[in-house]
Amino acid sequence: MFSYLIRRLFFVVFVVWGVTFATFFIANVVPIDPAIAALGDNAREEQIREFRERYGLDKPIWQQYLIYMGRLLSGDLGNSLRTQRAVAEDLKEFFPATLELSVAAFLVTLLLGVPAGILAALQQNRATDVAVRVLALIGGATPVFFLAVLLQYVLARQLDLLPVQGRLDGFSIPPPRVTGLVGLDALLAHDWSVFVDSLRHLVLPAFVLGSFSAAVLARMTRATMLEVLAQDYIRTARAKGVGPRAVILRHALKNASLPILTLLGSLLGGLLSGAVLTETIFSWPGIGRYVTQSATSLDFPAVMGVTLLVGLVYALINLVVDLLYAFLDPRIRYA
Amino acid sequence: MRNPGGLLGLGLLLLLMAVALLAPVIAPDPIQQNIAQRLQPPSAEHWLGTDQLGRDVWARVAHGAGISLRVGFGVVLLAVLLGVTVGLLAGTLGGAWDNLLMRLTDIFFAFPSLILAMAIAAALGPNLNNTIIAVALVSWPIYARLVRANVLALREREFVEAARALGASRIRLMLRHLLPNTLTPIFVQASFDVGGAILTAAGLSFIGFGAQPPTPEWGAMVSETRSYIAEAIWAPTAPAMGILLTVLAFNLLGDALRDVLDPRARD
Repeated sequence: MFSYLIRRLFFVVFVVWGVTFATFFIANVVPIDPAIAALGDNAREEQIREFRERYGLDKPIWQQYLIYMGRLLSGDLGNSLRTQRAVAEDLKEFFPATLELSVAAFLVTLLLGVPAGILAALQQNRATDVAVRVLALIGGATPVFFLAVLLQYVLARQLDLLPVQGRLDGFSIPPPRVTGLVGLDALLAHDWSVFVDSLRHLVLPAFVLGSFSAAVLARMTRATMLEVLAQDYIRTARAKGVGPRAVILRHALKNASLPILTLLGSLLGGLLSGAVLTETIFSWPGIGRYVTQSATSLDFPAVMGVTLLVGLVYALINLVVDLLYAFLDPRIRYA
Repeated sequence: MRNPGGLLGLGLLLLLMAVALLAPVIAPDPIQQNIAQRLQPPSAEHWLGTDQLGRDVWARVAHGAGISLRVGFGVVLLAVLLGVTVGLLAGTLGGAWDNLLMRLTDIFFAFPSLILAMAIAAALGPNLNNTIIAVALVSWPIYARLVRANVLALREREFVEAARALGASRIRLMLRHLLPNTLTPIFVQASFDVGGAILTAAGLSFIGFGAQPPTPEWGAMVSETRSYIAEAIWAPTAPAMGILLTVLAFNLLGDALRDVLDPRARD
């Protein structure tokens, strides 16, 4: 188990290195000259030369990569051309908002997807099952950005039930920053009204972001549960008088949990990507909105920083999924 | 074929293809502006109403069908070509090549797809063809894995051994014996991916990294008309329904194909 962990950690490092290589390559095939992009078309010859020297753009590309890697290893992600700040600082500021949103969306996924899938499997071919299947089909085909625009209009603007955008109302005073997660920080400061306000702001974007993965998860849970429920050991459990609740939770769901877990890992990764669209629409100050704005202004140090961070998180999620696997399935033993 | 979902998917797809092909005949000019007629509700003259520039929404939705189908098929075709090549090479060459190619696949698998696609689209310059390239570049790894896994299993089978004993070259082995036997899972995966590619590409266009105005691309249309939703809910809804129905069609087809071609994976 220990050597397996070491191997897997090594793999995480390898993948993240690969991500640096790929993003560096992408940033350097840009047909647009970053010096001209930053200084404008009317920049003088010597200004451009000075800019190139300052950012090392006059050196051969492999040397630029080595310089970039050297800086990276000391935690320096470079400076954003747009915000004029260190990219690492920007990420530190914006990542907690994305984490908050993704975790909330993940809860939506889990709390909607798994029960819906179980219910559908137990009621196979009855009304509930058909309803879940139709909703899941539609949910899996709806563009997230349209759902966001529509719900924002109906629930927030028309019915005035929920806030339209942002993490807090204008008149809420943000709690002192401890974790960067506004809700948690409000709790730590015992500020109930801000806590409730932050939850109200979170509901809509979290539902929008989580709906697609909830649909995928419901389909998958249903299919897996149907397969498991048809197994002999379920019939045995029922025959020996185990109550229906215990059959479902302890015998069926436990055995269905492995494929569900695999899917959850990739869905969580997908949430990080989906956050780009959701954050942009709800003006949620996370790295998704940050990367969109950065990419629009061809701010590649910032785009590379976000890609790297998300790649790292993605690799860590996969690692956790693999370890949970070993924990849940005693047959899996890693030499 | 006792599969109502699959039939519905096929029907929807045929309808979409018909609309895409006949758009110039059955719908007016999608670019033509008429400010006097802006934000008109659906009527006999404008079936799906007009947008904020007085353009006919039905015309734009109909012309957008071809764009979405082209993006979906284009992405998957490129991704399959790339993924199958990598997977075939890794599976047949084995050894260090296998290692190198599959680690490359792992890296691309580990990428957050939309963010990478956005970076590529931004680097190449935002337009429809670059969107296709960007989304394909994040979609190929699944095919590489599928093909390699299949090739590894097939390599040990008698017919491959027989072909090798008869002196078939590596390339002949790959193209004539291994490739045809890996087509079924590729086909099933591809039919799901067309829908996914259309969603991703529409998302990219929505945030400005895909088709540029005035192209009647569905994601871009939702983006352009979203701030007029209170006055003209039809303007963003119509293209969104186009995306929904197209993706639904491919997902239903994918389900049906999997059931027919790969009965083990039936749910």
